[in-house]
Amino acid sequence: MAGTALRRRLGARWQSAELVEAAQETATARTLRFRVPEWPGHLPGQHVDVRLTAEDGYTAQRSYSLSAPAAEDVIEMSVQLVADGEVSPYLVSDIAVGDTVEVRGPLGGWFVWRTTQSEPVLLIGGGSGIAPLMAMVRARRAADTGGAFRLLYSVRTPADVFYADELHDSHGVEVAVLYTRAAAEGVARPAHRIDADDLTAHGWPVVAEVTCYVCGPTPFVEAIADQLVQAGHDPAHIRTERFGASGG
Amino acid sequence: MTNGHEDGNALAGPLAEVFAVEITGSIAVCGGCRRSDRMAALHVYLGGPGFVARCPSCDTVMLRYAETPHGRWLDLRGTAALHFAPAAPG
Repeated sequence: MAGTALRRRLGARWQSAELVEAAQETATARTLRFRVPEWPGHLPGQHVDVRLTAEDGYTAQRSYSLSAPAAEDVIEMSVQLVADGEVSPYLVSDIAVGDTVEVRGPLGGWFVWRTTQSEPVLLIGGGSGIAPLMAMVRARRAADTGGAFRLLYSVRTPADVFYADELHDSHGVEVAVLYTRAAAEGVARPAHRIDADDLTAHGWPVVAEVTCYVCGPTPFVEAIADQLVQAGHDPAHIRTERFGASGG
Repeated sequence: MTNGHEDGNALAGPLAEVFAVEITGSIAVCGGCRRSDRMAALHVYLGGPGFVARCPSCDTVMLRYAETPHGRWLDLRGTAALHFAPAAPG
């Protein structure tokens, strides 16, 4: 298919991306919108590589999930500050509208959700691992087709919640925010990491066709994937994306 | 984060410059234990000029990749086979 071949060619090369909008997501995270001319579109769950080049030619690159479907040639990502990181401090604190970076993408073909998938979907995100899952949620709401979604969002405190304004706008998606350090006022569940009871309360009954997407820091993803398998989910239907050692 | 590894999703960008097909959804057979799984499930260790991808089950080094001023190196001696399913629509 010509379109697919073209998409692959574009995906494999670095393109200039201009920051057109930036909004603070939390005290330490920012959502950035970049214009990328000739952006070929992407699937929910895909990511881009972002490359920064210093004046002396030194380069640093990181991967960031796209957090929303493309709006024509504008793509969106949410960046969590990693205090001793090389790339995230620039993207969270310094970059200004009109500045450019290089991006390569869209990338990845496994950790994706397609509107043609009709089975129930369980999304489990830890911290900024919510980002690619939010792209799926937004695509699901926009399409109004596809299987029902349930999202479990593990986050330290209410102040760390991304996309707070639109999380609970249901539209085929049930959302549970599960706090690990300090719960929101009026929430009965004590703050703790997601456990088997949470999966029972907010996940799907284990039937053959549920597809699970898990994204977060490596220890989070490994713990959740183990719990899902123990609960009876088929490992072949659990798709994971970890972020770990590359440093932010 | 200091917890060692990422996963095979991190291979998508660098290997998009090498392969004509999207690689993370392909199935790789480990040359050590013959486990077969999605490339996305491998444990990937980044650092220096490239990365190493290991079997999540037996830790065999399945893939090494490096970018140098003289070109790219891809070492697949720990991979017994790669399987590419027909492309999904979309």
